[in-house]
Amino acid sequence: MTRDTGHKTQNRKVSKVLVIGSGPIVIGQSAEFDYSGTQACKALREDGIEVILVNSNPATIQTDSDIADKIYLEPLNSEILEKIIKKENPEGILATVGGQTGLNLAMELHRNGVLEKYKVNFLGTDAHSIDLAESREQFNGLMKKLQVPMLQGKIVKDFETAKKFANEIGYPVIIRPSFTLGGTGGGTANNESQLKEILDLGFRLSATNEVLLEKSGIGWGEFEYEVIRDGDGNSVIICTMENFDPMGIHTGESIVAAPIQTLSDRENQMLRNAALRIVNAVGVKGSCNVQFSLNQETGEYVVIEINPRLSRSSALASKATGYPIARVAAKIALGKKLHEIKNPITGTSAAFEPALDYVVLKIPRWPFDKFSRSNRKLGTMMKSTGEAMAIGRTFEEALMKAIRSLDIKIPKAIRPAMHLNPATDQRIYAIFEAFRRCMSVDELYKETKISKWFLGRIHRLVSLEREIQSSSGDGVQLSKHILLEAKRNGFSDVAIADLFGNGITESQIRSLRREYSILPTYKVVDSCAGEFEALTPYYYSTYEYENEAITIQLHRSKAKNQSHLDEKAKSVIVIGSGPIRIGQGIEFDYCCTHAAFALRDLGFRSIIVNNNPETVSTDFDSSDRLYFEPLTFEDVMNIIENEQPYGVILQLGGQTSINLAKKLSENGVRILGTQFDGIDLAEDRERFRELCNKLGIPQPPNGTATKEHEAFGIAEKIGYPIVVRPSYVIAGRGMAIVRDRNELTAFITEAVDVSEKKPVLIDKYLDNAIETEVDAVSDGGTLFIGAIMEHIEPAGIHSGDANIVLPSIRLSDKEKQTITEYSEKIAKSLGNIGLINIQYAVREGTVYMLEANPRASRTVPFVSKAIGIPMVKLATAVMLGEKLDDILPNLQMPSPSYFAVKSVVFPFLKLAGTDIGLGPEMRSTGETMGIGDSFEIAYYKALLAAGSFVDPKKKSVLLSVRDEDKENAVQLSKLLSELGFKIYATKGTAEKIKSSIIVPKIGEGNTKQSDILELIKSGKIGLVINTPRKGGSSHTDGFKIRRAAIEKGTTCITNISTAFELAKALKKLSKHDLEVSTISEWNSHSK
Amino acid sequence: MKNIKSVLLLQDGTAICGQGFGAKASSQGELVFNTSMTGYQEALTDPSYGGQILLMSNPLIGNYGINKKDFESNKVQVAGFAVRNLSPDYSHREADCSVNEFLADYGVPGITGIDTRFLVRKIRNAGVMPALLATYEGDLDISKLNVDFNYSDHDFVQEVTTKKPQKFGNGKIRVVLVDYGVKRGILNELVARGIETVVVPSFSSADEIRSHEPDGILLSNGPGDPSILTQAHKTIPALSNHGYPMFGICLGHQLLAHAFGGKTFKMKFGHHGSNHPVIHMETKKVSITTQNHGFAVDAKSISQDFDITHLNLNDNTVEGMKHKSKSIFSVQYHPEANPGPHDSKHLFDEFVKLMGGKGR
Repeated sequence: MTRDTGHKTQNRKVSKVLVIGSGPIVIGQSAEFDYSGTQACKALREDGIEVILVNSNPATIQTDSDIADKIYLEPLNSEILEKIIKKENPEGILATVGGQTGLNLAMELHRNGVLEKYKVNFLGTDAHSIDLAESREQFNGLMKKLQVPMLQGKIVKDFETAKKFANEIGYPVIIRPSFTLGGTGGGTANNESQLKEILDLGFRLSATNEVLLEKSGIGWGEFEYEVIRDGDGNSVIICTMENFDPMGIHTGESIVAAPIQTLSDRENQMLRNAALRIVNAVGVKGSCNVQFSLNQETGEYVVIEINPRLSRSSALASKATGYPIARVAAKIALGKKLHEIKNPITGTSAAFEPALDYVVLKIPRWPFDKFSRSNRKLGTMMKSTGEAMAIGRTFEEALMKAIRSLDIKIPKAIRPAMHLNPATDQRIYAIFEAFRRCMSVDELYKETKISKWFLGRIHRLVSLEREIQSSSGDGVQLSKHILLEAKRNGFSDVAIADLFGNGITESQIRSLRREYSILPTYKVVDSCAGEFEALTPYYYSTYEYENEAITIQLHRSKAKNQSHLDEKAKSVIVIGSGPIRIGQGIEFDYCCTHAAFALRDLGFRSIIVNNNPETVSTDFDSSDRLYFEPLTFEDVMNIIENEQPYGVILQLGGQTSINLAKKLSENGVRILGTQFDGIDLAEDRERFRELCNKLGIPQPPNGTATKEHEAFGIAEKIGYPIVVRPSYVIAGRGMAIVRDRNELTAFITEAVDVSEKKPVLIDKYLDNAIETEVDAVSDGGTLFIGAIMEHIEPAGIHSGDANIVLPSIRLSDKEKQTITEYSEKIAKSLGNIGLINIQYAVREGTVYMLEANPRASRTVPFVSKAIGIPMVKLATAVMLGEKLDDILPNLQMPSPSYFAVKSVVFPFLKLAGTDIGLGPEMRSTGETMGIGDSFEIAYYKALLAAGSFVDPKKKSVLLSVRDEDKENAVQLSKLLSELGFKIYATKGTAEKIKSSIIVPKIGEGNTKQSDILELIKSGKIGLVINTPRKGGSSHTDGFKIRRAAIEKGTTCITNISTAFELAKALKKLSKHDLEVSTISEWNSHSK
Repeated sequence: MKNIKSVLLLQDGTAICGQGFGAKASSQGELVFNTSMTGYQEALTDPSYGGQILLMSNPLIGNYGINKKDFESNKVQVAGFAVRNLSPDYSHREADCSVNEFLADYGVPGITGIDTRFLVRKIRNAGVMPALLATYEGDLDISKLNVDFNYSDHDFVQEVTTKKPQKFGNGKIRVVLVDYGVKRGILNELVARGIETVVVPSFSSADEIRSHEPDGILLSNGPGDPSILTQAHKTIPALSNHGYPMFGICLGHQLLAHAFGGKTFKMKFGHHGSNHPVIHMETKKVSITTQNHGFAVDAKSISQDFDITHLNLNDNTVEGMKHKSKSIFSVQYHPEANPGPHDSKHLFDEFVKLMGGKGR
């Protein structure tokens, strides 16, 4: 079938292509689009195409100057894109590498005629095909024509039709909104009231206001086929995947195995045939994911949906097989045929299907450690923020490695019944526990419908646990046979030590392994199961006979044509940051990837260890060698022993890698950059306080408590409000502002619980201070400060959640001078080599030290892009002994003539039951960047990119603020009135600001006037400003107001400063039009 | 199966010990590897594996057991089975027994728990080689074992071909299927197209074949070295002189080449898998194909009367050819799949077309 693009444009020769990125990291759309986008950009440029990239996310490799020709760090909306198209005049647009965001935007530009107006053609899969795949109605029609079975379903646009249909097919029914991301707004309804609840949200979130109502196939197996098709119709399956969790749980929420494990070839080919038939009929030119469901009890199957673009699954398929899907898809978009494209791994053509000789397992990482109040049940909507992938030669081995890669505490006392059905994030641990409690495979199958073969694997692991346990006894040594069996099944030394007991330690198991010669071997991921010689330096560990990862020097001298590096060059290992989670996001992957690039430039061989399949760092060509492994001491130390590197870089992978510092240095590993003692000096509050005292740097009054009564003593001494937090945590976990003794009583138990043996830190909370932070690089002597940044919100909001601007807008020169001096002193005292992030609070002319982090921070990419200086590259060079003065003599902190603002996005919509108020514990998933001539414009762009925009058609605002904000609210409402906003306010606020419409409290509405919730739900309000009182109970009106706004999609601001600056920006904007510029255009204005 | 041990001894002296399964037996064969990720049952029963010890690169084998449907012949054909991880249990609604039981029933030994990737790489670098696979209990003096096997010395076709003609299916078109070790999948494709299929022994003479009054002749797949099947080299040209449409698959393709004066050569480690890309020279259309052969047709030796129609994208070996004037064509790969992609099933339709149209 041939298709035209839907709009008639004459064919233009393509030399310039617009690539749309996916914007900030959100649940359902993570780092995978940086990975695929980066690969696609590189593939296009290889063929001489000029690439124009738009993405608002600064923490991406994709937005680096050497990935695209022109980079626009601009908000992703159709008005901005039209401006860029007008300015750049590209001939083509690549819509399929920016996730659902990119796809929806391209479709919007197509529908509103912009593409036609500027004669921009779709490259690769075109608008018509996208429509066929994404519109439920068209897709259903096509499937009928192709005779591919589907679950009985119907497109509905209103509740009545939905109700009728649901009664026809019977509950439970599945609700799937069209054109949404990660199943947002979807769900399973067991009855009419649930149906109504889900539909209310679903209708609103669907880009077309339509949802698909579908008979539930709950309990059927779920299978995915990753297809690539070229313009000639040549198609190949890159990877098949099987969901461990059966239907009813979103594939992004499911543990996924590759390749498919439980289907016979006959069934596999049946699904393969259907996948190819569908992809062919849709007219995909590029990559496409096809999802099936198969009833394992009857063998009948249905197609669930297809995604005619690069996706989370395609990223996983790429990492699982080694086949560069995005790269090949980009070449196809340029018109190449599969057999004309080279597979860079084997040197043969891209027209083949990878063969795997291992098992890959992906396991999601959920944010419930941060959102403990949220509903932990899993369903058709994604709640996980990231994922880890593990590779093994058996399913058991891969599963144990995958769980280990999550970097979480495995719940020990767990009641299986609470987690099996409906499933929660802890189901996998519950299955282990159920087997420990002697449940059978058949019983668990009945309960969960998870394939018996999968359950059998866990049963086997639990049997092995018993075998290890029962082999123990007084004076008995662990036998070689059992130890080998345990290692081959993926048990960690720690787990074996725990099971064997007898006081044996991890390091004793490690020695015993050496004694028995049970050492890991490393195998290559080569896309061909060893059939061809492949030079992919992509490894995983397993316990086998042959080790293919001979040390890099030897390896290189064997490989002939790869001599761009000195044969004898030393290698350096960079430890990555694992799965994306709140507080440890893509920023750290950006840093690790940059270090790998920098190492190459410095003549070192770079080795990356990481386990996140979504990222650029785990692309096989980002480093000279990639180890896809868990990031525990054991796994990392094994690699170090295998590689004998010159040194290891730990400061770029966030807390995960930093946490390895102690044990690695104890084991004699050379840590490059700041040493463990420096890290400890900064992280140990007592030591740090002494240091600040010695250096004469003021800190907010503080103390450290190891027992409860000590905490109260300290609190009384320094006076409330205070900030309490455990030491050594990611992103302020368990951290809070406490205003009185009662709150402290309530909180301290939780905080102590979070960090076990670690003490609790108590600081005086500085009300209304300006929080600032510094990202800098030091070489031990010189400190280069990239920027002094300023938080827009007052101190007390986690820096990861704050809106941040550079250069600073409120600090005096003297304050900046002080910050610089303090920073230099601290960096020197910590013996800091490499990156350092230091946070200060400034109040009434005094600069207080809050904390120093001798490692990469999440603002490093933002700063690097804002100032146009690659901070990580500098840091890597100094870690290897170079001096800043030699690299860039007389480097001074740049003082840009423009402003850059970092804003943030939150996962509140996905996590029902979560309050959206902000505090010292980080809760955002991603970030955006806005640049402008003035602070206001930059700020507005950053907020716009983060989705916090004020609908210009709804010039009405709802104000409801806490007492301490009421003075400011007066000013704010004046400003908003001037801008023509109609102002609604709750009683207390209204009394203060006057001239506003008073809105009745919840439940106090009447026939004339709806109450506040109804008002928000009616959609009349364009902006909600609600600042929460402390406490965060989910019963307060404020909580309900904020949730209502989130669910209605109305921007809700919870901080008065944020709101104020937004109003000022709106004022400025009323006189200016938003302009678009590339990042290098901005950077050239600097200095 | 718990206490049974197993050893795989290669001709170069490499000995690998693992856990034994299947029959308690000792067996010799040529060690070849297959990279398919599904379809172990079809492979085990494929007559083309006669005389070979099959090594699977996919480490997980036996997950869905053995069912009653996916047989390519009526028994286990491999000489031995070597895997990384034979699943101790299986789960599938169609499953009838485990791989362990299946191999035991047919007297074939297996080995599991070994570094199969090491062996795949070894064969890739050194080429296929004879090996011995023995399962045993207690102790075994491995130094006393000896590999004494030469694949090319054997006429495996004789062992696997039907002993007398058999008729399958009904229809207006009649095909004689010359059985050099035919997979059931090929027969099924013909029968499904409404073709009366007469399966005849490999040693049938041209006259015997003609006596069935066929509308076309299909030369099947099968094991072994095509150059030693000298009778077929003579029978085929005799048949072609009578103008029968002919379709050669795998060994059948190689025999056609020989019949018209061409040559075949032994490949280093052959093609055994379900992911081989083949390009059709005329349309540039790529198909992913199932392959299972250790010999290939030498492109330069092919008779001037033939055009090369298909090439392997990986190594450019000949994958298909067609007679310039007669209705004769052949492919090196397996259009019937089983296991593997169904991308090339249309070739059976083309064969039907050559014979003058629809079967039914």
